[in-house]
Parts: sequence; C-alpha cells; structure tokens
Amino acid sequence: MARHARPLSPFLHYRWLYSNTTSILHRITGVLLSLGFFLLVYWLAAAAAGPERYAAATRFLGSWLAQVVLLGTALAFCYHLLNGIRHLFFDAGHGFERPAARKSGWAVGIGSIVLGLVVWFVVRASLGGGA
Amino acid sequence: MSTLRTPLRRVIGLGSAKGGSGHWYSQRVTAVALVLLGVWFFAGLVRLEDGGYESVTRWLASPLSSALAILLVLTSAWHALLGLQVILEDYVASKGRRAVLLLAVKFAYAVAAVVGVLAVLRIAFGAAA
Ligand code: HEM
Repeated sequence: MARHARPLSPFLHYRWLYSNTTSILHRITGVLLSLGFFLLVYWLAAAAAGPERYAAATRFLGSWLAQVVLLGTALAFCYHLLNGIRHLFFDAGHGFERPAARKSGWAVGIGSIVLGLVVWFVVRASLGGGA
Repeated sequence: MSTLRTPLRRVIGLGSAKGGSGHWYSQRVTAVALVLLGVWFFAGLVRLEDGGYESVTRWLASPLSSALAILLVLTSAWHALLGLQVILEDYVASKGRRAVLLLAVKFAYAVAAVVGVLAVLRIAFGAAA
C-alpha cells in the first residue's frame, strides 16, 4: 500500500524530552490497564460465582506473582490517572507552557509512584492479601 | 438517508481530517468518567470490613454500587477500546492486519464487558439472575 516506507510514528525517532517520555508512558500504562481490565472482570466473575470460587481467586491474587502484577497495575493506574488529568488540562488549553508542563510532568511521575505504592499497599491490606 | 443535522452542525469541529473528532471526544468523556469511577472503586475497596466474600458482595449488591460497578466495566471497556484502536492505527501499517486485530480487540472487550456486567447483576440479584 505504501510506496515509500514512511514512519508511521515519527515521534519514536526524536531525541529524549520529558514530553515524549510522559507521552509514551501514558500509552504504555494505557495498554497495561487495558490488560488489567480483564483482572477486574475476573475478580467480579469470581465474586459472582460464590464463596468457594471467590476464595480461590483471592488466594490466586495473593500469590507473589499476582501481587507483582497488581503492583504494576496500581502504578500504571496512578500514572495514567494523574497524567490523564494533566492531559485533559492541556486539551482545555491550560498549563502547556514549557516550564509549567515540565513541572507538572515531574509532579505526575513522582506522585504516581507514591500514590501507586499507597494504593497497592492499602488495597492489599483491605483485601487481606490472600486471607 | 437524509439527516436531521444541519450542514453547519455537520462540519463544525471537522478539521482537514474530516472525521474522528467523535472518537477523540469520547476518549475524553470516558476519561473524566473514569476518574470519578476509579476513585469510587478504590475508596470502596479500602472501606471494606475485610476482603472476604461477604463484605465484597454486600458492598457490590447495593443498588448504587451495582450501578457504578456496571458503569465502571462499560466505561473502562469503551475507553480501552478507543485507546487501543488509536495505537493499532499508529503502529500497524497493513490495513488488512489492522482490521483483523481491531476486530479481535473489539470481540475480546465485548465478551469481557458482558461477563463483567452479568457478574455484577448476579451479585446484585442473586444466583437466580
Ligand atoms: C482513571 C482515569 C483515566 C484517565 C483520566 C484517562 C485518560 C486518558 C486520556 C486523556 C487519554 C488520551 C491520550 C491521548 O489522546 O494521547 C487516554 C488514553 C488511553 N487510555 Fe486512559 N484514562 C483513564 C483510565 C484508563 C483505563 C482504566 C484504561 C484501560 C482499561 C485506559 C486505557 C487507555 C488507553 C489504551 C489509551 C490510549 C493511549 C494512547 O493512545 O497512547 N485508561 N486515557
């Protein structure tokens, strides 16, 4: 179809900038969350299937492999959430000046790590981590 | 079919791309909804007495929680689908392969969304539902 092998996503070839980093991270976390959606459905289906199935699901979700996946999902969610809000401000025409965008980018990065750890830890405690 | 929309209404918001603004807009509307639904969901998880079957199903069985949980499932699936479509359009050059992948993604999210909604309904109305 293409007569010339033009790059579809030229931003992949630009030099590093905080802006393309926040942007590709938004995309990567979006894909991770899209996979995490199936975990949510699995958890709901287990709760709908009765106490035994639910207990089995909780045991599975308490395994360390699942906990690593859930930690990743929590970090991805918090990054995508905070950066998504930042994105919506940009779309509405606010905070797109370079110093402001750079600052909010860092705030989102650091904030999402802190918030992600808190969410993971609190939800783990709340769900009993396999209890 | 003729249209009820005026010609002016149909071109407002269309740049040189002609289409796609609806897609962009839906991605934003679902994003705003997901902020609220996401906060609600985590707050609910945190406020559970324990993570056991009883407390989880009691939480999700209340009418407001069931409604919000169904909205969470549908909104996430839609937002994810819109997002994954853009990603496929960016990275998959072949139109045929892109169409097949998009179909597979749509199918997976449709199935998962139906399973999720049925699960919430079953929690809300009991195993008979
Ligand atoms: C929690 C609140 C959320 C907010 C505020 C949010 C915000 C956004 C925004 C503004 C975009 C558009 C980015 C762009 O056009 O470049 C986007 C893209 C995307 N989102 Fe979300 N989102 C949220 C949750 C989710 C969830 C739960 C999922 C998965 C189930 C998800 C998956 C995606 C994907 C796959 C994309 C496409 C990424 C791309 O095109 O690079 N998001 N999100």
